[in-house]
Amino acid sequence: MSRETQINSLIMVGFILVPLWAWMTDEPFIITLTTKAAILALAGIGLNIALGLGGLVSLGHAAFFGIGGYAMGILASHAQSYDPILETPFLIEGTKSMIVIWLVAMITSGLAALAIGALSLRTSGVYFIMITLAFGQMFFFFSISWPAYGGEDGLSIYVRNNFPGLNTLDPIQFYIIVFVIMALALFLTARLAKSPFGLALNAARQSATRVETIGLSTYGLRLLAFTLSGMITGLAGALFADLNRFVSPTMFSWQTSGEIIVFIILGGTARLFGPVVGAALFILLEHILGGLSDFWHIYLGLLLLLIVLFARGGIIGILAGREVAHD
Amino acid sequence: MSLILLAEQVLNGLQLGVMLFLMAAGLTLVFGVMGLINLAHGSLFMVGAFAAAAVAGATGSFLLALAAALAAAAAAGALVELLIIRRLYDRDHLDQVLATFALILIFSEGTRWVFGSFPLYLSIPEYLSGPITLPGGIQYPLYRLTLIAVGLLIAVGLFLLISRTRLGIQIRAGENDREMIAALGVDISKLYTIVFALGAALAGLAGALVGAIQSVQVGMGEPVLILAFVVIVIGGIGSIKGALIGSILVGLTDTLAGVLLPLLFSQFMSTSAAASTGSALASMLIYILMAVVLIMKPTGLFGARA
Repeated sequence: MSRETQINSLIMVGFILVPLWAWMTDEPFIITLTTKAAILALAGIGLNIALGLGGLVSLGHAAFFGIGGYAMGILASHAQSYDPILETPFLIEGTKSMIVIWLVAMITSGLAALAIGALSLRTSGVYFIMITLAFGQMFFFFSISWPAYGGEDGLSIYVRNNFPGLNTLDPIQFYIIVFVIMALALFLTARLAKSPFGLALNAARQSATRVETIGLSTYGLRLLAFTLSGMITGLAGALFADLNRFVSPTMFSWQTSGEIIVFIILGGTARLFGPVVGAALFILLEHILGGLSDFWHIYLGLLLLLIVLFARGGIIGILAGREVAHD
Repeated sequence: MSLILLAEQVLNGLQLGVMLFLMAAGLTLVFGVMGLINLAHGSLFMVGAFAAAAVAGATGSFLLALAAALAAAAAAGALVELLIIRRLYDRDHLDQVLATFALILIFSEGTRWVFGSFPLYLSIPEYLSGPITLPGGIQYPLYRLTLIAVGLLIAVGLFLLISRTRLGIQIRAGENDREMIAALGVDISKLYTIVFALGAALAGLAGALVGAIQSVQVGMGEPVLILAFVVIVIGGIGSIKGALIGSILVGLTDTLAGVLLPLLFSQFMSTSAAASTGSALASMLIYILMAVVLIMKPTGLFGARA
């Protein structure tokens, strides 16, 4: 077992033990914080497919996070008011079923990622960063100026959506759902990284010309990675909206995109568990520093600067050493 | 819609355009010469606005306020370059994005800590307030007209600086081959600090000038920064000419669409539906414009490199 695998196992044990302990000592707030960390980690796991494996620095993943959130908000608000979304040419009704909401969130955010990726991947480097940022802003401004679903005020849902056999309003039961999804996503990403597709994608990041020379399309590889990445982040958005029972344009804001990248870098770029460690640390800092000072973002900024300038492998890089880094 | 109203909106679009140019020029120079993507450029815009508001509040002089904005933003830019930014030139874009994102957090919260969460106000000086009458009977605020003139003057000045002066030659040489000009004995790290401070000063000036027609508050820089990104993606990164044309294009599109689209939709929709659809589409239009430019020219209108 390598150092990194040991660390990863410890993190998973932590994500089981902390909520378990909180449940036994009746601390629902700790469970909610852990749930939030797991959902944000899922958003990071999504982005890590594009950013870590594919080397695509997307500063617009808030678009997919927000689309997932609004998929939940729109479907649930229509179900809540018994008002169908569409009557002609065929009937579409709202739903309170989590599974349907997740599917819709993943399909819509996947389609958006396909469209945004198809345009943005025509460029590379710094153009790609700015274009994804701009597309994210496009959704942000659209959500603010489109009054049908709350505009700037956002949408509230009274009751959390249903999952067969579980009471989702009970924090620990909702956490179990989120934890299982996060574990599945981690398992899938680990498999993906070792699959022919993942290897080709990794190669395209390191040397695009060589990959093109052996007859693979880097554009196709990256577009598929970007779409998959958007789908997972979209799913995280739907869960995040369900956790808060609220969606607002903030989910689309460019700060959200920045924070999702921050999770990955804090934890360690291209590490399987990077976003998980990063999101957990972010929530921990928000909780501890936020209690000490109203200006905790200054300390977050300083920590981030230190990590970028002096500890390039992130937390996992510091703990596991460089020997397992990808390049 | 009357022709006078349309002319007024065109002037508003131009005013937004030239202010965007002040932001975009710095961004595009810094990228062109140093290869650095700087998200914290919007923070320098904010620093300029706050410095101007503080000095105007203390002295009552608008010109002193502008000088303070230039000096504060240039100093902040030079300081940040010396301490942090110069460690990032050899790094990949991801590290640059992250470090400058961290700088935004520090600048924004730092400003909130010093000045508080409430917005400050910077008022237009007596001699520039009130409307004037332009040929054709158009009434237009003198201050906004001054902004257009100042912006265009700076654009001309910047073109002269780049094309006619020794510093301009070094900047252009730096864009082409930084090893070569270092070998020719130009102090490259000093040049980088100067270029960064110059870009920062332009952003700070824009912040102070715009601060007088909106409120001066934390976070005011980021919306402008993102518009400036759109501008340089359209114009082509590294090109001052592209930045100017892109700015005017984005300024006009954004302003005119907000007025014209609701009117256009009201021809075949109810007024309230037209207002919401029109404004929603108008807020997206510059991004659509950017997508169209990219489909036709992936490196922007005047960009050479990807």
